[in-house]
Amino acid sequence: MKSTDIHTLSILVANKPGVLVRVALVFARRGYNIDSLVVSPVHNPKFSRMTITAKGDPTILEQIIKQVNKLIDVIHASEHDTSNAVDRELSLLKVKVTPSYRTIILKHAKEQHAKVVDETDRLMILAHTGSTEELNALETLMTRYGLIEVVRTGKLLMLKGKETT
Amino acid sequence: MSKKTPKSNATMTGAEALIKGLEAHGVQYIFGLPGGAAIPLFDALYGSKIKTILVRHEQGATHMADGYARATGKVGVALVTSGPGATNAVTGIMTAMMDSIPIVVLCGQTISPMLGKDAFQEADISGITMPVVKHSYLVKEINSIPRIIKEAFHIASTGRPGPVLIDLPKDMTAGAFTGSLDAEMDLPGYSFPGKGNKTDIVKLAKMFKQSKKPLLLIGHGAVIAGADNIIKALAEKMRCPVTMTLLGKGGFPESHPLSLGMLGMHGTAYANKALTSCDLICSIGCRWDDRINGNNDEFCIGAKKIHIDIDPAEINKIVKPDLSIIGDAKMIAEELLKHVSPLNTADWLKELEFYKQEFPLHYSDAEGLTAQRVIDDLYHVTKGKAVVTTDVGQHQMWAAQFYKTDRGVNWISSGGAGTMGFGFPSAIGAQFGRPGELVVAIVGDGGFQMTLCELATAAVNKQPVKVVVIDNKYLGMVRQWQELFFDNRLSGVDLKGNPDFVKLAEAYGIKGFHISKVDECKSVLEQAMKHPGPALIHAEVIKEGNVFPMVPAGKSAYHMIIEAPKTKMEKPTGST
Repeated sequence: MKSTDIHTLSILVANKPGVLVRVALVFARRGYNIDSLVVSPVHNPKFSRMTITAKGDPTILEQIIKQVNKLIDVIHASEHDTSNAVDRELSLLKVKVTPSYRTIILKHAKEQHAKVVDETDRLMILAHTGSTEELNALETLMTRYGLIEVVRTGKLLMLKGKETT
Repeated sequence: MSKKTPKSNATMTGAEALIKGLEAHGVQYIFGLPGGAAIPLFDALYGSKIKTILVRHEQGATHMADGYARATGKVGVALVTSGPGATNAVTGIMTAMMDSIPIVVLCGQTISPMLGKDAFQEADISGITMPVVKHSYLVKEINSIPRIIKEAFHIASTGRPGPVLIDLPKDMTAGAFTGSLDAEMDLPGYSFPGKGNKTDIVKLAKMFKQSKKPLLLIGHGAVIAGADNIIKALAEKMRCPVTMTLLGKGGFPESHPLSLGMLGMHGTAYANKALTSCDLICSIGCRWDDRINGNNDEFCIGAKKIHIDIDPAEINKIVKPDLSIIGDAKMIAEELLKHVSPLNTADWLKELEFYKQEFPLHYSDAEGLTAQRVIDDLYHVTKGKAVVTTDVGQHQMWAAQFYKTDRGVNWISSGGAGTMGFGFPSAIGAQFGRPGELVVAIVGDGGFQMTLCELATAAVNKQPVKVVVIDNKYLGMVRQWQELFFDNRLSGVDLKGNPDFVKLAEAYGIKGFHISKVDECKSVLEQAMKHPGPALIHAEVIKEGNVFPMVPAGKSAYHMIIEAPKTKMEKPTGST
């Protein structure tokens, strides 16, 4: 594994103030940059799920996972890849629209299963759900027509089969 | 409701519920210093079974709690106020974290509606201390106090121990408590390993059997687990030599013929020679600190490395072991003892004996009184039985070398953090925990001056601690580095202006002794150790003594220097 590989961590934590800081400190102290982070309560409101993607040296990541697991408020933390899990991300894309491009933008959006969620004469907001790669693809495509702004949720991940994440 | 369950009591305050929780945990002493935000807590201590020990600075409170914990194996408790009171405690908390010491630190805090509004003496102490605590709490519900206390003691004292901080807004301690004192813990994310994998333990026994030059490396984890006796049995059964880290001292009796004493940067030459020559090194409760390894690439080349630790995060952190076993040091050693058999180590022990004869720890009286002479005499005067605490620096290394320790709980030193100012207050804490025993703080003139205000605490509480101030009028360890690696360009190390330490002691009503000559050293120490109350022994030693052997930082044991080098040395590359 290269130090530029992106790793995805899934962390189940107690739903309490300060937990995010404790987890983030473990990364920061070891010079690891968090690329994306999603936190929300799970079906039992006592707990929250954090899904973190980060780039860096895998040996440092091993240490980070162990140190995160040691935090009292962390129930468990582990790294997953997409071979045994599904992952999704949502992006909102604000695109400049001219009469000549309108049709082609809508065609791309339809092909990529993106939805138009807001529209004016000049602007359109697309909501796009998919894998990180699919989101990247549509984003790159839209830069041709004038991409004004992108907001992405960051990756969500869930294990396939009976096993819980 | 059973009779034991205390009834909820509307007239009880949060602070009173908290103190009841501490009493239920058998807390004898609280080391602390009040302030506005902590008054409800001090008020609840009024009339409590728990004795409040008023310190003179909050760093002292945390070190006392720490010394008490190390000397007794129980949880030490400190109580400080908000803001600067709490920040003064940070050094002590970090010291306890680095050395895995169970302490609970209670901090007063501004009232909760004022949190985050820059109230008077408000500091975000939970935030400030997050990287240096095992866990922390900011109390937001009065009725959660009994649960939090229970959890704090459980977390601090189990698994790999460590400090727990509880931040207590004043409205939480002053407000009415209406809950039950019998709270259940709620820690779904906390567990700690126990016995260790039996298959791996059997495998380890086989690895020992195949080894011709085995070495046991004993760390603080073994001392914390109380594995001393089992390790002795293990070493004796296998006829395996033993070396110890600074904090592992006493995890195996240093006076034992199989002991090689401390290894590492200022370890014995024979322990470091053993590192370069062994074919198997089995660490029990040591984290392969950089003072031991120096350079990982050259650490015990060719030797099988085994790592036994209770903390899974220690495995692969520094050393990639050939075999690792996660669990309690004592339980694993007990199981291992069942599977090992006597090894044929006669040649190996002979080789080590040769190193012991060839490169013994030594010093000379030729140039006057040395720190080594003082500590060596102290060892003989006290017959090696004292509880010894140290500060940090040259005297600490000399104490580690010349004060042989036979019981882990008798050696108290700031290892990981290297906190100057630790030695004296930790001795006071140890003395509270071990009344009737001789407790000696060996400190340097530099570190002692960082926390000497606690002379008042020792005097007022009649704690018969003996403080041996090794005075070389320098910040000696830094001076040594500047001499060896920086062309003797002495910068910021001259302690000109030291007080007359004997007069200083007397000013606090403490008996002072003075030593400056070799021939008076032993007799003065004898008198001082017999003194019934606290005493300070001012030992003026030669100014420019250096600690040897020395493995330069970032180098392996192969590069050990046994004597002062004649030529200039290159600057070390390793961590500090």
